[in-house]
Amino acid sequence: MVTVTHYLMLSGVLFAISVAGIFINRKNMILLLMCIELLLLAANFNFIAFSHFLGNPDGQVFVFFILTVAAAEAAIGLAILVVLFRTRASINVEDMDSMKG
Amino acid sequence: MESIYLTIVISPLVAAVIAGLFGRQVGRAGAHALTIAGVGLSCVLSLYTLKSLLWDGVPVYNETVYQWMQVGGINMEVGFLVDRLTALMMCVVTFVSLMVHIYTIGYMHDDPGYQRFFSYISLFTFAMLMLVMSNNFLQLFFGWEAVGVVSYLLIGFWYKRPTAIFANMKAFLVNRVGDFGFLLGIATLVMFAGSLDYYEVFERAPGMVDLRMNILGDAAWSVLTVACIGLFVGAMGKSAQVPLHVWLPDSMEGPTPISALIHAATMVTAGVFMVARMSPLFELSETALSFVLVIGATTALFTGFLGLVQNDIKRVVAYSTLSQLGYMTVALGASAYAAGIFHLMTHAFFKALLFLAAGSVIIALHHEQDMRKMGGLKKYLPITYWTSLAGSLALIGFPGTAGFFSKDALIEAVGHAGIAGSGYAYVCVLIGVFVTALYSFRMFFMVFHGKERIDEDARHHLHESPLVVTVPLILLAIPSVIIGWPTIGPLLFGDFFGDAIFVAPNHDVLGELGAEFHGPLAFLGHGLTSPVLLLALAGVLVAWYLYIKEPLLPARIRERFEFIYRILDNKYYLDAFNQNVLAAGSRLLGRGLWRGGDMAVIDGILINGTAGSIGRAAGVLRRLQTGYLYHYAFAMVIGLVVLVGWLVW
Repeated sequence: MVTVTHYLMLSGVLFAISVAGIFINRKNMILLLMCIELLLLAANFNFIAFSHFLGNPDGQVFVFFILTVAAAEAAIGLAILVVLFRTRASINVEDMDSMKG
Repeated sequence: MESIYLTIVISPLVAAVIAGLFGRQVGRAGAHALTIAGVGLSCVLSLYTLKSLLWDGVPVYNETVYQWMQVGGINMEVGFLVDRLTALMMCVVTFVSLMVHIYTIGYMHDDPGYQRFFSYISLFTFAMLMLVMSNNFLQLFFGWEAVGVVSYLLIGFWYKRPTAIFANMKAFLVNRVGDFGFLLGIATLVMFAGSLDYYEVFERAPGMVDLRMNILGDAAWSVLTVACIGLFVGAMGKSAQVPLHVWLPDSMEGPTPISALIHAATMVTAGVFMVARMSPLFELSETALSFVLVIGATTALFTGFLGLVQNDIKRVVAYSTLSQLGYMTVALGASAYAAGIFHLMTHAFFKALLFLAAGSVIIALHHEQDMRKMGGLKKYLPITYWTSLAGSLALIGFPGTAGFFSKDALIEAVGHAGIAGSGYAYVCVLIGVFVTALYSFRMFFMVFHGKERIDEDARHHLHESPLVVTVPLILLAIPSVIIGWPTIGPLLFGDFFGDAIFVAPNHDVLGELGAEFHGPLAFLGHGLTSPVLLLALAGVLVAWYLYIKEPLLPARIRERFEFIYRILDNKYYLDAFNQNVLAAGSRLLGRGLWRGGDMAVIDGILINGTAGSIGRAAGVLRRLQTGYLYHYAFAMVIGLVVLVGWLVW
C-alpha cells in the first residue's frame, strides 16, 4: 500500500539530492539550474501527494502555477547563462565570485 | 524731544548707509555732501539740546525707545538718557566729527576709498552717539563695541599695507582684553542689581556696599569693587591706559582724520565718559578709585616719556594723547569727575586740532611723517603754524588757553585728593606737565622752526593746504583757546552736571577747590604763581634750547644715556613682551589645543577613530562575503533550518 509517507520520503530524497547538488557542484552552472528545477519538483510532489490524500484539488492548481513559473525561470536562467558565457567565456561556478567582499 | 534725539542718532547712520552701500551711485561729491549734512544736522540738534537743557529748563530725558526683548525679568531695551553730561558729550562728538568730515574732503582727496571713508566716519558718529546717549548697559555695550569695530575698520583703512593690518588686529585684540573686563563688570552688576538700566542700578548700589562675593577660593571681594574694576578694565582698553595702551600708537597707521576723530578726540574718551557716568558706583568703592588713580597717573607720566623719543609726527601726538587720557583718568580717580570731563572736552578740541595740523603738514610734504625731514615750515604753512601753536599752547596749559583751565584745575584737584595713591598721582601729573611741554615743543620746533631738512623735491610743491583743511583748523583753534573762560565756572564748580555726576561728600575735592574759586580771572592769577606754569615753561625752554639753540645736543644726550634711550625707544619693551610672551604664549596654547585637542582627540580619536574602527570591523566581516553562490545557498539553508527548528520546537 502506497501511503502519503512514501510520497513525502520521495520528495524529501529529491530535495536532499538537489540541495546536495547545489553545494557539491563546483563546476557547472547548468547543473545548478537543473538542481533548482529538481528542488521545485520536490516541492510539487508534496503538493500533489497532499492534494490527493486530502481530496482537495487546490494543491494541484498550485503545481500548475509552479511549473509555469519554473519554465519561465528556466528560460531566463538559460538566457542569462548564455550572456554570461559570452562575456566571461566560462560557466564555471568557481569563477563567479565578483561579489566577493 | 524724543524725535530730536532720534534724529541726532539716525541721521549719521542713514548717511553712512547710503554713502557706504550706494557709494558708486552717489559719487564722491554726493558721499561727502550727504554725510556732512547728516553729521551737521546732528551737530546743530545737539547744540540745540544742550541749549534747551541749560537755559530752557527742559527736564532730563530718560525713556525707553524700543524694547528688544525681556529675558528672565531683565529688560533689554534701546533707550536714551539725555542729561547735561550727555548733551556736552554729544556736542563735542558731533562738532569734532563735523570738522573732521570737512577736513577729510581735502585730506582724502585722491584716495580711491573716498566714499567708504565717509561712510565709516559717519557710522562712527552714530555708534559714538549711541554710546553716550544710552540709558542702559546693553546699549552702552553695543555702542562700545560698534565704535571698536569702526576703529578697527579705519585703522586698517589702507588694507594693502601689512603694517596697517597688523595695527588694526592689535587694536582689536587689545580691546578684546579690555572688553572682557567690561563684560564681567556689567555681568556682576546685572547679577547683583538685577537690572541693565542705569538709574535702577544706581538706586540699588548703596544697598550693595556690604555685599561680598567669592571669586577665587575663600577670599571675599566687595561686589561693587569687582564691578567697578571690571568696568574700568573696559575703559583701560578703550581709553588706552597702561598696560592696555599699546594699540593706540600703532593705530596711527590709519588716515590722519581718523587719528583726530577716533583716536584722540572721541572714541578714546569713551572710557573716561563711562567712568564719569558710573560715578554713583565708583564713589562707593575706594579701592576701585585708587586703582583708577594709580593707573591714570602711571599712564599720564610714563607714556609722556615715550613721546620724547619719537620721530614720527603722528606718533608724538599719539603719545601725547595717551598722556592726556592718563590725566583725565587721574581726575576720575580723584573723584573730580567734572574736571575729567572738562579736560576731555578741551582736549577733544586741541588734540583734534593738533592731529589735523599734523595732517596738514603731512599733506603739504606729500605724506612724509618723519620730523627729521621737516623743519622751518613756518613760512610755507602760516595757517597751520599758527593753529598748531594755539593747539600746542593749549596742550601744555599755557595760561588763558582752554588746556590751562582744565589741566590746572585737574592737578589742583589731585593735590587735594586724600585717597590711597593720590600722593604718587600728584607727583606723576606734575612731572607730566614738564614732559608734556617738552615733547610738544620739541615737535613744534622740529617741524616749524630751525634748519630746513626737507627734500628738494618736496620743497617745490610746498604750499599751504586747501581751504577745506585750514577752515576746520581755524574752527578748532578758536575753542582750543577760549572755551575755558566761559565753561570753567559752571562746569567745575557750578551745578552744570546736576545729578548726572555723583560725588560722595568725603571725596568732594572740587567742592573744596570751589570754595577758593572766584571766577576765571582770579583762577588765572592763581595759576600764574603755581608750580604747574613754571614746569610747563621750563619744558618749553628746554625744548627750545635743545632743538633750536643747540641742535647737536640731543644726539649727545642720547649717546650718554644710551640705556634709558633704548628702553624708551622700545616702549619699555611692552610690545616685545606682548608679542613674545602673551601673543606667542597664546599661539603656543592655541597650537597645543589644535594639535593635541583638535587633531589628536577630536579628529584622531573621535572622528577618524570611529571611522577607522568601523573599517577594521568591516575588514573582518567582509571575509564572510566569499562571492560563491553555494556559500550563500548554504547560509540560506542553515538559516531555514534554524528558523523552522525554532518555530516547530
